Amino acid sequence: MTVKVEVRNLTKIFGKRISKATDLLAQGVSKEEILEKTGATIGVNKASFSINAGEIFVIMGLSGSGKSTLIRLINRLIEPTEGEVLIDDLNLTALDKKSLRNVRRKKLGMVFQNFALFPHKTILQNAAFGLEIQGDSQDTRSKKAHNALELVGLHGYDDQYPDQLSGGMQQRVGLARALASDAEVLLMDEAFSALDPLNRKAMQDQLLELQNKMHKTIIFISHDLNESLRIGDRILIMRNGSIVQIGEPEEILTAPANEYVERFIEDVDRTKVLTVNSVMTEATTININKSGPRVALRRMQENSISSIYVVDDDDRFVGFADADDVATLIRQGSKDLKSILKTEVPLTTPDTPVQDLIDKISNTPIPFAVLDNEQHLLGIILRGSVLSAIAGNEVTA
Amino acid sequence: MQIEKIPLADWINSLVDRLSHFAGFFNSITNFFQTIINAFQAVFDVLPEWLFIILILGLTYWAKRDSKKWGLLIFELFGLLLIWNLDYWRDMTQTLTLVLTSGLITVVLGVPLGILMAKSRITDQIVKPILDLMQTMPAFVYLIPAVAFFGIGMVPGVLASVIFAMPPTVRMTNLGIRQVPADLIEAADAYGATSWQKLLKVQLPLAKSTLMAGINQSLMLSLSMVVIASMIGALGLGTQVYFAVGRNDAGAGFTAGIAVVILAIILDRITQAFNSKRH
Repeated sequence: MTVKVEVRNLTKIFGKRISKATDLLAQGVSKEEILEKTGATIGVNKASFSINAGEIFVIMGLSGSGKSTLIRLINRLIEPTEGEVLIDDLNLTALDKKSLRNVRRKKLGMVFQNFALFPHKTILQNAAFGLEIQGDSQDTRSKKAHNALELVGLHGYDDQYPDQLSGGMQQRVGLARALASDAEVLLMDEAFSALDPLNRKAMQDQLLELQNKMHKTIIFISHDLNESLRIGDRILIMRNGSIVQIGEPEEILTAPANEYVERFIEDVDRTKVLTVNSVMTEATTININKSGPRVALRRMQENSISSIYVVDDDDRFVGFADADDVATLIRQGSKDLKSILKTEVPLTTPDTPVQDLIDKISNTPIPFAVLDNEQHLLGIILRGSVLSAIAGNEVTA
Repeated sequence: MQIEKIPLADWINSLVDRLSHFAGFFNSITNFFQTIINAFQAVFDVLPEWLFIILILGLTYWAKRDSKKWGLLIFELFGLLLIWNLDYWRDMTQTLTLVLTSGLITVVLGVPLGILMAKSRITDQIVKPILDLMQTMPAFVYLIPAVAFFGIGMVPGVLASVIFAMPPTVRMTNLGIRQVPADLIEAADAYGATSWQKLLKVQLPLAKSTLMAGINQSLMLSLSMVVIASMIGALGLGTQVYFAVGRNDAGAGFTAGIAVVILAIILDRITQAFNSKRH
């Protein structure tokens, strides 16, 4: 994975006595105290992180957490007080105005919360705005903008005006404007927050679908944790201008960095985020090439379970043995475990969302087997562990 | 105790005297404006009355092609025929020349000034009190230096009209540009627009209707100056009113006044039609 955007020690202080505030901040004085002493507000406090190419990186926080400031520091719509922003190893913070404009034209696209479409331009002209600024010919920009509009699913609206479109459609135009200029990095500032829930979900789906094809680097601002968990490859949580935690959605849910994040994730619908991987437990198994029915029965008695998974030397899944069948086999004096193995057991993969299992798991007495691509048995899913994961408890094997 | 009177009037007089030394400079300005005025007047003098009426009706028809217009067209037809019939035609075209020339100068000076005010706080703070002064100073007052610098005739009349009529254009341009939503400016910046691109592609188009309202106001104000301008030799309907006052002739005064009103309504409706044109 290559790093696309690197942010180092990025700081923004609003107010008049900035140098004093900077000194105090360096001494580790708190945000409240600095405000009291200098009247300066810390917008973003020494943010450092890096974003990989092709990743959807969500910056999440409540209003006033500094997330909108942070995204504007990245393309310098707001000038940073300190720190650096690097895109492809190009230091944006060191650029003069002209070079910065060039980077904005070629590399960065931005999508805004309230769409920010130009009311005096048609949909096509709006989508072509970035290209118009770059000085492309009328032909090229119409063609590219038209393609971008098709890409976001807007057919036949080219000659309409923004006020003739619904909110969801307007934001599609906003997205098309960012895509038309072929930007590598998309900055999306609460792009779906102004939409109603159904539209919002549709736009999230569309973004994920587009991302599958285009592999842009997307920096997405959101105040909605469910949205963040849904679309984010990684999530950065901000509070009071500082970074609280950076991690993959599952990490945020399973290992919140502190109480603040914990409170944040309290109400999350975990089934949508948690995958089988984080709720599976270690399976009790026997090796078919080493053990016979008696070992199998004893292993089940030791663990007080009524069935057991059977694997080969490489831990590959072979089948599933029921305690009753094993007991019958012993009574018959046979050692051929294979004859009573069942293979019609519920199977799943580690990256399946738990949500997809809930329905089945309540109808199946046998625990799910979790297999990887090479049929290795990674673990099993018990009903109890699914329930406790949904409830937010630690899953213990 | 006697407090000495501040010799403010003397100061201004000496300033005006000193400025009169730059006669060459003022002469070239006078010549320049006189050329514009002559050009307008030459066109109006060449056009036969009936063709002029047809052109005005055609312009109105085109400007209001998407809205109701028949009432206005009928009004224009009878209004202009009345002016023709009352024998005020040439006066009317002279007044129109005065208004259009001062309107042209107002736009050429006022719009850039308004843009500058919107972009720079310092310009804004300097120009605002000057605009207040231009609007509140009684118009008669600046007729005096106008005559001193530009002599008698259309040119000082036009310039007096410009001083009185320009503020709305400047103010509305300033306002219109400032009213452009911040997120649209941000969007233009985010896509790498230069200041000029922002101005031409975003700010001016979005400020257009406010700006046009300012220009409309300026035209109306310069029409209201025609009688005052006639005192320093600007010919037109104002002269007719001014003479009627001198002769205590209510009839002539009112007929000339009605001609001014007809012209005002026509100018107002046409400029408004340009403004309200929607997609």
